[in-house]
Amino acid sequence: MRTPLYETHQNLGAKIVDFGGWEMPLQYTSIIEEHLNTREKAGLFDVSHMGEITIKGYAAKDILNRLITHDLNLLPTKKIAYSFIMNENGGVVDDLLVYKINGDEFFLVVNASNTDKDYKWLKEKTAGISDVKVINQSKEYGQIAIQGPLAQTILQKLTGFNLSKIGFFAFDYIKVCDIDAIVSRTGYTGEDGFEIYCRQSHTKEIWNEIIIAGKNEGIKPVGLGARDTLRFESALPLYGHELSDNITPIEAGLKFFVNLQKEDFIGKDILKKQADKSTQKRLTGIELIDRGIPRDGYRVEKDGVDIGYITSGTYSPTFKKGLAMAMLSNSPDIIQPDSQVDVIIRDKKIKAKTVNLPFYKKKRRI
Amino acid sequence: MFIKFTQKHEWVKSEGKTAYIGISDFAQNALGDIVFVELPQTGAKLESGKAFGSVESVKAVSEIYAPVSGTVTEVNSELEDAPELLNADAYESWIVKIELDANSETELDSLMNEEEYGEFCKNES
Repeated sequence: MRTPLYETHQNLGAKIVDFGGWEMPLQYTSIIEEHLNTREKAGLFDVSHMGEITIKGYAAKDILNRLITHDLNLLPTKKIAYSFIMNENGGVVDDLLVYKINGDEFFLVVNASNTDKDYKWLKEKTAGISDVKVINQSKEYGQIAIQGPLAQTILQKLTGFNLSKIGFFAFDYIKVCDIDAIVSRTGYTGEDGFEIYCRQSHTKEIWNEIIIAGKNEGIKPVGLGARDTLRFESALPLYGHELSDNITPIEAGLKFFVNLQKEDFIGKDILKKQADKSTQKRLTGIELIDRGIPRDGYRVEKDGVDIGYITSGTYSPTFKKGLAMAMLSNSPDIIQPDSQVDVIIRDKKIKAKTVNLPFYKKKRRI
Repeated sequence: MFIKFTQKHEWVKSEGKTAYIGISDFAQNALGDIVFVELPQTGAKLESGKAFGSVESVKAVSEIYAPVSGTVTEVNSELEDAPELLNADAYESWIVKIELDANSETELDSLMNEEEYGEFCKNES
């Protein structure tokens, strides 16, 4: 599959890779350069592969509320919740953003590779209920993310709407380059920035206009390579790595996004038990002391005993060293920061220590 | 000194019994930003076709295979602090210097010359 920007990426000389069936740009120039440019100035991302599903109708809110960890009764209109669609075992079907359009309509933004699974799940859970409709709109929408400290300055040039009025995890219907769009202050980089949803056919025009508008500020296109290292440094979970059908949000350290006060929802019992007592495993940060790059799936040991595995690991462009997130046994002598551990890289023990997550926090906005 | 290439994108420059080994420009470009090079120890025995170290980019790990057999006499320790030198100039930045084994002549003969390697890369991309 290709996004409406496929040709644009090719013309920019991007290295194209397969990402869950999508031909996406991995990098345009260099992952490190694109990463640092987003942290220091601004980056532009094609995220049109993401899935968009609308759920609406009189019963939509109550049904959706049974499927996810956020309490939608507490979510105001034009605000967004980060949440999880749960399975019966406390595992995660998908993590998603829920945009509240109004009391009877929600716009769900889901992982590209999970879109069909989520749509099926939602259809199944709403089967036979006439008051609710689930519509997969992924093919109708293009999505662009503009991220970085200069994101607002650049995007503001293309809209008459005062962007300061869109708060963190809020959205509005505005015009960008005179094109109707949904714009939210969200992203996957740990920086300030916006995500822009528009009709597929308008995606290219908005992309090109942002590149022109941001020229002086130094905006650059960013591929999936840097998108991953940016989200990684900010410890934002990636489905299939920190979250999966077999990892609960509590184990992934995401209790903040689970409302255990709300009445019944799928998986609640297990999450409550884990929150009250403790979990067997726990997501932890790891920093290599010896040289090397920790990678997904590498085992972690303490005093020669296997204690877990790395869920995401890479060279960090910001800190210029090997960092990892790892699912480790939840015992104090392991998950306390500064615990000595070894990462097993090609049969060698590489010295490392545990650290707090996230690795990176953006500077406060002035 | 002449240069030969492997199908795994290593180069070897040899003169008499001494040879330098590195990775090709095609390899560094395919890898992207190189952020770590795992070097062997001085004195390590290299066997043609066998991995003796690795280069890692932000995204991937790639093993380095010995184009010829020999014994490591020196490693380019500059690469420990500045692995990006492999991106900057793949043919100047050697990874190991070796003393060739007696049978290395035949091994060298079986490798590609510059022109053959150029053709080989065209079919790779």
